[in-house]
Amino acid sequence: MTALAALIRRDIKIALRVGGGALIGVLFFLTVTVLMPFAIGPDLALLSRLGPAILWLGALLASLLTLDRLFTADHEDGSLDLIVMSRTPLELACAAKALAHWLAAGLPLIVATPVLGLLLNLDGTATLAVALTLLAGTPALTFTGMIGAALAVTLHRGGLLLAVLVLPLSIPVLIFGVAASQAAITGPLSFGTPFSILCALSLVSFVVGPFAAAASLRHGLD
Amino acid sequence: MRLSGQNLRCVRGGREVFSGLDFAVSAGELLAITGANGSGKTSLLRLIAGLLVASGGSVELEGGETELSLAEQAHYLGHRDALKPALSVAENLSFWRDFLGGEMSDRGRSLAAAGLDHAAHLPAAYLSAGQRRRLSIARLLVVRRPVWLLDEPTSALDVAGQDLFVRLMRDHLIGGGIIIAATHAPLGINGPELRMRGAA
Repeated sequence: MTALAALIRRDIKIALRVGGGALIGVLFFLTVTVLMPFAIGPDLALLSRLGPAILWLGALLASLLTLDRLFTADHEDGSLDLIVMSRTPLELACAAKALAHWLAAGLPLIVATPVLGLLLNLDGTATLAVALTLLAGTPALTFTGMIGAALAVTLHRGGLLLAVLVLPLSIPVLIFGVAASQAAITGPLSFGTPFSILCALSLVSFVVGPFAAAASLRHGLD
Repeated sequence: MRLSGQNLRCVRGGREVFSGLDFAVSAGELLAITGANGSGKTSLLRLIAGLLVASGGSVELEGGETELSLAEQAHYLGHRDALKPALSVAENLSFWRDFLGGEMSDRGRSLAAAGLDHAAHLPAAYLSAGQRRRLSIARLLVVRRPVWLLDEPTSALDVAGQDLFVRLMRDHLIGGGIIIAATHAPLGINGPELRMRGAA
């Protein structure tokens, strides 16, 4: 347990310091959201109808932005070798790293959502609904994205490859995340149904992500 | 305790690096791996550490803790120092101590033993190559592991650092440890030598 806590603490510390990626994600999220009204035009009704989808897309891209460094940074400086050799199971170490990434890069996005909701003419309930669905859905993005991050180590290519690998996997999360937010704002569906499926997607990714990432890392060692 | 490898074969990128390789080293002994660049010294160390899969043969540790694998009882000191530039020297070492399961009180002593206690609060980004190596060596001390796998451990170290490291290796061997070191320069400790053939 101390080993995992140490790993989480270290990753969060690095992300929050100068050169870390935590704030870059929020800034990117802000930029994407601010650009949208300029592209769509000053139609307030249209903006508030598209609002949840824009926020979800922004959060999805922002959470991918720093994810490709999740394992490659450790691979390049040799830390990954020691993590693989250690007495901590690699699956748990992967889960700890993903959790740390979500705490440092995912959580700030959710905190920023109410502010960005204002820019998209979303009212209080709508913003709350989007923030709640992001809280339930972004862990799934991080934990499935982790599989792509681990493959990027194996294939010695990061960056764009990660987006190509991971974005298709995040389609279900996007569908149910936006569906739940829309349901809370306009109906007619109940909020609970898509929201439960969103939570289920997150729970599945908690199980599948670490195992797939660990398998990929073990296979790709050289 | 005895660490041995039988009939090891390693293939990387479709090229056979070595084959039919045997070695054995007992507690208190240092095995020096020598050979030309590209002869497979690093590959052999990584294979022993479990970071490479052998294409044939086996590595065995007798007399260690039966519940733990060889990798879990070994320290690996590679070319890369496993340091995070954003963290201070002390934070880097504390992390590896906590992650690898070392004693709480050992950090200061290990840093002092590696001659880095004056730089404890400096970010690792500002360390020189030799200081980075010293910090990696402090990692070997902060957590006790019977087997040390060292890849060119004295490269980048100054003369004082090399003397210091030889002393630390002697202490480890006297304590019943095993060291396997890939090296070009003589380490100043007598022991068996494994000469790798091949490559330029």
